[in-house]
Amino acid sequence: MALSREQVAMRVAQELQDGYYVNLGIGIPTLVANYVPAGIEVMLQSENGLLGMGPYPTEAELDADMINAGKETVTAIKGAAIFSSAESFAMIRGGHVDLTVLGAFEVDQNGNIASWMIPGKLVKGMGGAMDLVAGAMNIVVTMTHADKYGNSKLLQSCTLPLTGVGCVKKIVTDLAVLEVRNGAFHLLERAPGITVEEIQQKTAGKLVVDGEIPEMQFN
Amino acid sequence: MAGFNKVVHSYEDAMAGLQDGMTVIAGGFGLCGIPEGLIAQIKKMKTKDLTVVSNNCGVDGFGLGILLEDRQIKKMVASYVGENALFEKQLLSGELEVELTPQGTLAEKMRAGGAGIPAFFTATGYGTPVAEGKETREINGRNYVLEPAITGDFAIVRAWKADRYGNLMFRHTSMNFNPMAATAGKITVAEVEEIVEPGELEPSQIHTPGIYVQRVIKGSFEKRIERRMVRQG
Repeated sequence: MALSREQVAMRVAQELQDGYYVNLGIGIPTLVANYVPAGIEVMLQSENGLLGMGPYPTEAELDADMINAGKETVTAIKGAAIFSSAESFAMIRGGHVDLTVLGAFEVDQNGNIASWMIPGKLVKGMGGAMDLVAGAMNIVVTMTHADKYGNSKLLQSCTLPLTGVGCVKKIVTDLAVLEVRNGAFHLLERAPGITVEEIQQKTAGKLVVDGEIPEMQFN
Repeated sequence: MAGFNKVVHSYEDAMAGLQDGMTVIAGGFGLCGIPEGLIAQIKKMKTKDLTVVSNNCGVDGFGLGILLEDRQIKKMVASYVGENALFEKQLLSGELEVELTPQGTLAEKMRAGGAGIPAFFTATGYGTPVAEGKETREINGRNYVLEPAITGDFAIVRAWKADRYGNLMFRHTSMNFNPMAATAGKITVAEVEEIVEPGELEPSQIHTPGIYVQRVIKGSFEKRIERRMVRQG
């Protein structure tokens, strides 16, 4: 069975390490915050200028001056810091954020990512995505392995305008966990019940399958 | 002494000198931390052909979105403009020009503009449509794009507390682009929630020193919430 959005988020959460500063994009990446493994502490960075993002506020805590990068009302945890957009992106550009998780339309075997623009459709903008992919030490992309017509989103070469070049390290899809290195996708894990053949069939780019591929483990 | 009293008492005085064709840099992120009254004043003045530099362009009927209603904006420099149907319509009809700029690059362009740095190299956008037509350079084995700084004829910002010297403090995440915007205007106007006596702001806690600010006006704010999310208490 292909993973649900929540299961993709649960699997990405296994990438978190104690003491990580993490930036989570909109969509599935946001859900990762719900599955931080017990016993580790991570600090969420929101690029509008908040380090130490907490949960949504209660009615009583609601404050229009307290939002996240998705423009949602949010809270700050104890120990949070708030700062300007320039300071926020200094953290990102300077490589101080340990892990960025974001969605994409396409990735390719050279680690290029396309996530913001589909020619012929209205372009709303890249927001902070280009800065994040250029700056983070470690980038995990979450997406469905193929589009709704069955076309692979893991390509030899991205067809859409890029968000960044050579930056994607790891991909968690609804079917598999893959690493991108040396110009190929390396299959690390498969979703429970998904065969290597199905992943091969839905991966248009170069796929390396080395030995027995384990199923993802969920606790 | 009067030279340092930057407080004005009307929105007319706050935006005096704004003319057709000028560049206005506006602080704010979405609807958070926007100078609502100064934007309303620009609408009232019917100033045309403006270049507006801001992370977003408000929503239909609120924030910078109201300047689209009478087609006052000629060009918008922003990182994300997806919240606005009128924007979409004017963009598709060719009435409005947009220069999409990565969010961090936009913040740095304002910062550099205010700091007298004419351009800077960044890895952001290399190999993407953002880099087209721009100088690139390899430095220590990595490729960078040369991005020019931005300055404005006016900068309009929203702050929490100010004194008459123009020293500013911002509240929570309404800070966002406001400190950089404040440095990058030839005339910077701060619309604030509260004006306090000099000395009430702890000098080391001031976010924007008054040297960057030419005018201060006390506003009242609706503070509309774009995405209201709550959890059960």
